[in-house]
Amino acid sequence: MKLLLLATMNGVTLAALYFIVASGFTLIFGMMRVVNLAHGSLYLIGAYIGYDVASVTGYWFLALFGGAIGAALVGVAMQYFVLDRYQGQDLRQALVTIGLSLIAADLLLARYGGMTYQFEVPEFLYGSVPMPIVGGYPTFRLALIVFAIALYVGLWLLVQRTRFGIIIRAGVDDRQMLGAVGINLTRVSTLVFALGSALVGVAGVVGSSALSIAPGEDARYLLSSLVVVIVGGMGSIPGAAIGALLVGLAEQIGLAYFPTYSVVISFVIMVAVLAWRPYGLLGRPA
Amino acid sequence: MINRRLGRLALVAGVATAFSMSAFAQNTVRIGGLATLDGPFVVLGQEAFRAMELAFEEANYTAGGRKIEWIKESSDGRPDVALTKARKLIEQDKVDILIGPMSGGEGLAVKEYAKQVPNKTFVNGFSAAQETTLVSPAPNFFRFSTDGAQWQAGLGTYAYDVKGYRNVAVVSGDYSFGYTQVLGFMSEFCAKGGKVIEKIWVPNGTKDFSSSIARIPAKADAVYVMLGGADAVNFLTQYDQSGATQPLIAGSNVVDQTVLSAKGPFQRRLVGTPSAHMVADEIDTQAYRDYVAQYKKRFPNGLSSPSAPYYGYYVATKAVLAALNQVGGDVGGDQAKFRQALANVKLDTAYGPVRLDENRQAIANIYVTEVARRADGSLYNRPLKVIPNVNQTLGQPKDAFVARGVPSRDNPSCP
Repeated sequence: MKLLLLATMNGVTLAALYFIVASGFTLIFGMMRVVNLAHGSLYLIGAYIGYDVASVTGYWFLALFGGAIGAALVGVAMQYFVLDRYQGQDLRQALVTIGLSLIAADLLLARYGGMTYQFEVPEFLYGSVPMPIVGGYPTFRLALIVFAIALYVGLWLLVQRTRFGIIIRAGVDDRQMLGAVGINLTRVSTLVFALGSALVGVAGVVGSSALSIAPGEDARYLLSSLVVVIVGGMGSIPGAAIGALLVGLAEQIGLAYFPTYSVVISFVIMVAVLAWRPYGLLGRPA
Repeated sequence: MINRRLGRLALVAGVATAFSMSAFAQNTVRIGGLATLDGPFVVLGQEAFRAMELAFEEANYTAGGRKIEWIKESSDGRPDVALTKARKLIEQDKVDILIGPMSGGEGLAVKEYAKQVPNKTFVNGFSAAQETTLVSPAPNFFRFSTDGAQWQAGLGTYAYDVKGYRNVAVVSGDYSFGYTQVLGFMSEFCAKGGKVIEKIWVPNGTKDFSSSIARIPAKADAVYVMLGGADAVNFLTQYDQSGATQPLIAGSNVVDQTVLSAKGPFQRRLVGTPSAHMVADEIDTQAYRDYVAQYKKRFPNGLSSPSAPYYGYYVATKAVLAALNQVGGDVGGDQAKFRQALANVKLDTAYGPVRLDENRQAIANIYVTEVARRADGSLYNRPLKVIPNVNQTLGQPKDAFVARGVPSRDNPSCP
């Protein structure tokens, strides 16, 4: 009972982290139909820049901003100088982002080495909170849930209630028409890319505080984002939330009860969802 | 255009000729080095090549009156890549002796390949899977470093006698090196009467261990952990954050310098953690101080102290050089003379004497250690006890040891 409860909570907190990472991915895809395979690199860039900021200033909260701004700048540069040239050419964009991710991984390895880094989170977020039945639960992981919910609400308000959100939704439905009614697509794309990249930059700092920063994390989070977004439906924020919950719970409950096969479970879910709903749970045909 | 292309062709041909001339020059011994400069073990690979470089420089790149030519090749830690690179070194670069590889699975693959080229000699770098030399060993594969089970010698006894632990839970990576280390720990701990009440095997590359931590039984006196690199850092942090109070016992990789040098709040959880390895820090002998001083002088950008893989490759290279000196650099034909000499090499290292058993596997000292903090705040492994001349069967009769089977998830077991 205690184990099931703990595994469930672990699953939900991991889902929170996956959602934070995948929200940027799905936002960028929804607006621009760009499968950004350098998304994991942006995660790592955000994490490392955040780490530098935190070690220079000593403030963890500044690391969040540092990571967000750093990743956003890199993301915008990527969009402006590279991806924009291949507008509408899905395969080329996917390939060029793979290339960029390989370059970024090696550059980061050269700059930061193979060591594992960790953030010193503020004292009130470290340690554990006493709870009934399970005894205690890590404070930081509980904070992750709060942060993910706040992010979800924020994104929902942005997409549903603002003019910018209306433009994004229109872009998801019909990009060409959006251009035809006089919206500057390049500007909107750049903004969306900046927002998506900033989100994953923040995720880098938050995720690395919960776990750690090391080479190879880029590929891991790219994969988890892909699975989450494919399960939930490409381009849909609620879809990303549902996908993250499914994958996070499956991973953690699997790790608790049948660890040898836990790696397979998320992919089984993905296959099942694709067989049943090829566009994902909340996705729509492009 | 055509001119330029011709010119380039001539250049290539020239280089190729020069290359093949040096390849077949009679007065050189060609030694291949195989380590990991790609993948998760980059830092270890750098250490390996530092060790070989220093050993060759000390010998002035000559042994037995012949020049040494050193050819480096990099793997990424995967057995198939190590195998391809080993083949390349032997078949294309025509090396006489190969030193490597780095990790357990790679070692098994290279050992099998060694059987196909009986006229070349293979000397293990740092790979530490037990089966490599225990089960159907290759007659031309030598290992001057101890294996993962040997590394845990003395730890089970220390946990039972000194720490007073009776019930221990195991959390370990789900792969051959993990099984090997757990076997090394359990063989002593269980023989003493201790119980391993739960074994939690975690798939490699797991980053979120919270559900594994949740499975640790409350009645365990201590938790034995065997994870490497970033996985270890993640586990330790999450263990600390979960509010768990049980003390830890560490497998060799958990207290490796790559983990100890990582910064984070988990460090305070590590201080006082017992472990065991073929190496330790700050040993109070002149030989050790010289060994460290030499490393620091030659590699000012290296680690804070020489690491275990550095030691593994250093000992291997030293052994090769010693044997070459003995046979006057004769590595022609089937290398029988050289191998005979190599099998009888006895080395005095910073960590004590090293010699080989009949399977060409090292018998050497093992150090039981404890993580301690230096005045400058950095962590190191303080030696507590030396277990002298640990052999591959951990002092047990060989037949009985082999009969118990290769280490696995369920072997050994003492719930």
